Amino acid sequence: MSDTLAIDVKGLTKSFGETRVVDDFDMQVPKGSIYGFLGPNGSGKTTTIRMMCGLLKPDSGGGTALGHDIIEESRTIKSRVGYMTQRFSLYGDLTVRENLTFMARLHALRNPKLIVADTLEEYDLGPRAHQLADTLSGGWKQRLALAAASMHNPGLLLLDEPTAGVDPKARRDFWDRIRGLARKGVTVLVSTHYMDEAVQCDYIAFIAYGRKLIDAPSADIPERVGLVTWRIEGKGLQPIYDELLNAEGVDQIARFGSALHVSGRDADTLERTVCAYRGREGISVDLAKTGLEEAFIWLMAGSQDNFT
Amino acid sequence: MNSFSRILALIGKEFIQMLRDRLTFGMMVGIPVMQLLLFGYAINTDPRHLPTLVEMGDNGPASRAILQAMETSDYFDLIGITHSRAETDTALQTGGALFVVTIPPGFERDLLRGDRPQILLDTDASDPVAAGAGTGAFPTLVQEALAPLLGEMTPPVGTVIHRRYNPAGRTALNIVPGLLGVILTMTMAMMTSMALTREAERGTLETLLATPTRPYEVMVGKITPYVFVGFIQVVIMLAGARFLFGVPFLGSAPAFLVCVSLFILVNLSLGFLFSTVARTQMQAMQMTFFVFLPSILLSGFMFPFAGMPAWAQTLGQALPTTHFIRAVRAIMLKGASLGDIVPQIWPLAVIFTVIATVAMLRYRRTLD
Repeated sequence: MSDTLAIDVKGLTKSFGETRVVDDFDMQVPKGSIYGFLGPNGSGKTTTIRMMCGLLKPDSGGGTALGHDIIEESRTIKSRVGYMTQRFSLYGDLTVRENLTFMARLHALRNPKLIVADTLEEYDLGPRAHQLADTLSGGWKQRLALAAASMHNPGLLLLDEPTAGVDPKARRDFWDRIRGLARKGVTVLVSTHYMDEAVQCDYIAFIAYGRKLIDAPSADIPERVGLVTWRIEGKGLQPIYDELLNAEGVDQIARFGSALHVSGRDADTLERTVCAYRGREGISVDLAKTGLEEAFIWLMAGSQDNFT
Repeated sequence: MNSFSRILALIGKEFIQMLRDRLTFGMMVGIPVMQLLLFGYAINTDPRHLPTLVEMGDNGPASRAILQAMETSDYFDLIGITHSRAETDTALQTGGALFVVTIPPGFERDLLRGDRPQILLDTDASDPVAAGAGTGAFPTLVQEALAPLLGEMTPPVGTVIHRRYNPAGRTALNIVPGLLGVILTMTMAMMTSMALTREAERGTLETLLATPTRPYEVMVGKITPYVFVGFIQVVIMLAGARFLFGVPFLGSAPAFLVCVSLFILVNLSLGFLFSTVARTQMQAMQMTFFVFLPSILLSGFMFPFAGMPAWAQTLGQALPTTHFIRAVRAIMLKGASLGDIVPQIWPLAVIFTVIATVAMLRYRRTLD
């Protein structure tokens, strides 16, 4: 089993002081997949990732990363895993090349010069090799960080909100690279808040307040959540929005441009409610596919009820 | 009016931040209290009860009257008797005594005969301030002790004063070697604590620890450069002492090297310890000051150690700078060898072991 899994952890639990940050967390990540790790801020994603790469010891629970025990063999894991921290954490007062050379030497790579040269080229960092890391824009910083994290050819990449605060073009570029790495057989666990990124993942785990709420192939998630969604489109939607807010069968309304996505668990009641608006002038009402975004807003709303 | 309310908002916010940062707040309260206590109680620029040895060549009533007068003057504390010049030299060199009084054989007889015998006072003038008052008072003191005995206003007696190590009484000779200790304390502890804290503050420590780099490798790699910096500082200071202030270097170079190396290590481990407590570089710097201030005031650098009350001396003994300054002054000014500074070396070694152990224990804990 574990030779097909890049990550196989069970019952991970970690508390800081009185707060239980991660609670009985299980996860199986198949090799070569892109696994999305979603959840509200402070839900324990970073702590979980740190436990998986041997930076933190779990209070209880355990498992393996790339077949190595995350507690006993943390050093082996560190040499085979690439970890990209949430905050840019390379040296701002070193140049791009100096940062990469430093990381190559920490990993005790043979012929660091050659590897750095290759990495600079692969990540198009060549023209910026002599620039201080602090003077790079957000997108370039992230690219440098990814280069540094993947320079030692890790079998598993743990990326903690790698694209937070980066412009859309840089994000797209970043994901192209992640997919490229995955094609080469690298397993990628990536936490994110962006739905367009979540959609690109093969699997998604959703964590809130230290507990995993759902874990499935990303295509299955909307169905798993069990929501039916209707799309109401047209002009003058604000009054309809206000009316629907407390209407029968409506669990959640989200705006998407000039449309409302109205979701509910009770399909019949919801249909009756929304179809009342059919036939109004300039308004169309259609059954829509429940998207990841609706699903996650729903999960998040539910988890807050449970935990706060 | 808007401006006023904005200023009020800024003031309020500043106070909130001030109170949140407990270390800074402690600093604001702690520093004045510390200064007040140290300056008010511990520091004494007119030191008394200085350790004094006697070489008794004569034990008559006149000799005893002189010793009695020295005791009652409060400047001198008679702590023992020496039997030879060699013993006298060692006592002064190692700092065991600040004064040695030599009463020549046949003093009583010569005095009564009116032969004007001479009493010798050897002083450790390497610290002119410490020895100054006692030295100044000595001739009068002898006169006054003998006057009632002989029934004369000016008894026929002479006093010879030997200002050892620093005959001209130049304060620079004492200050410059001391400065070496103070500057190393300041920069070594501060630089290491800030450099280590910076890694944690900027998140780069996490990057380091996510690689197979071991914690001890991080520590050794971070601290070693500052050992070099420390030696460069020493070289600069020594050159300055020599060529600008004409401070001699009489003692053994190996002894100096041992002493400096050990002291640099002590301060680096101190900085390392601070870095395990401080969360920001600012805090690391403030913690350095908490050690730096007493290191200036209680180490004997600025004010005579012997003049401080017992509690302040005990506190001073716990400071590595105290021992380092003594050793360096002994080596540079008094020509001490490695053997002579053993009494200063072992406390430094003990302090180093304690600090380094605590720092290592704390370091492991902060990583998790």
